[in-house]
Amino acid sequence: MDEKTVILTIAGMGLVTYLPRALPLLFLRRAGTAGWAMPSILDAWLRYVPPAVLAAMVLPSLLLPGGEAASAIGNLYLWAALPTLWVAWKTRSLLGAVAAGVAVVALGRLFLP
Amino acid sequence: MARVDAAHSIEATNDRASWRRGLSQVAPIVLGYVPIGFAYGVLAEKAGLSPRSAVLMSALVYAGAAQFIATGLLAAGALPFSIVVTTFVVNLRHALMSASLTPHLRTWRPRALAAFAYQLTDETFAVHATRFGQGTPSKVEAFCVNACAQLAWITGSWLGVLGGQFVPDPRPWGLDYALPALFLALLVSQVRGRIDLGVALAAGTVAVGLTWAGLDYWSVVLATCVGATVGVMWEIWTKRQSS
Repeated sequence: MDEKTVILTIAGMGLVTYLPRALPLLFLRRAGTAGWAMPSILDAWLRYVPPAVLAAMVLPSLLLPGGEAASAIGNLYLWAALPTLWVAWKTRSLLGAVAAGVAVVALGRLFLP
Repeated sequence: MARVDAAHSIEATNDRASWRRGLSQVAPIVLGYVPIGFAYGVLAEKAGLSPRSAVLMSALVYAGAAQFIATGLLAAGALPFSIVVTTFVVNLRHALMSASLTPHLRTWRPRALAAFAYQLTDETFAVHATRFGQGTPSKVEAFCVNACAQLAWITGSWLGVLGGQFVPDPRPWGLDYALPALFLALLVSQVRGRIDLGVALAAGTVAVGLTWAGLDYWSVVLATCVGATVGVMWEIWTKRQSS
């Protein structure tokens, strides 16, 4: 593929990535203020999107790292989730929780076969 | 005159506080974006993308998973159309994130929303969703998070393209775990009750099942819809029980 085609492909990727990011924010903005009210059931549904989408992204990355089922014992990602969750729960510090998880993964790679 | 100065200095103080809050929220994202952007840069260079195209993709598309997939497809000689369609499917999940932030951003003008949406990624969404739940933050704070995150992503990509062969592998430092850890920590703050926990478990289980079945491009969108629907149905059922 020549450079010009690559750049056009990237521009197309940028467009189809931007539209889903922007259109809901721009068009649902009016809901509940003027014209029509956002149905309360949709409002409730959207409130459950953050926990749902976070779990949908993180659970496969812990249980199927690299897209394959790993053995539970050898799965460093899964073990590192424990200190990460504990620190997040106790301190509510994002940076602290991330540091704990990263440290456990680094130590695990250093000391485990 | 003195009053104008006072008002100005209050605004400046507020702006400084907003920047500080924004920086503290974006720090874990930066920690994850630099090494992952770096990995993308190395891969893009190996796949034969020119340095300019590789960095341009981080500036224009700015979506981690899609950029990795697209790089692989480009290297495999896939058609531009199929690369664009795949990117669309993989990034469709952002529509759900965008929609769920709407109730918090009603007071913003369309132009600000259009700019904000450009830098809406999984990670900035996760941070914003948690922060907006505590009250709408200033635009300075929200845009500070967004701008720093993309700057980290572009910088990481650029370094990866330039010096992939000179810089050691970041994996031994465990930095590949920064973003999964960030999602876990944000999930903890999102789960406030039994219904939230049920939603997370339902969505997570469906996502694992779909990924395992090979439908990983669709898994986040479908699993999120299932999870949020479980939440609404549970809520309605609980209300009926109590009334």
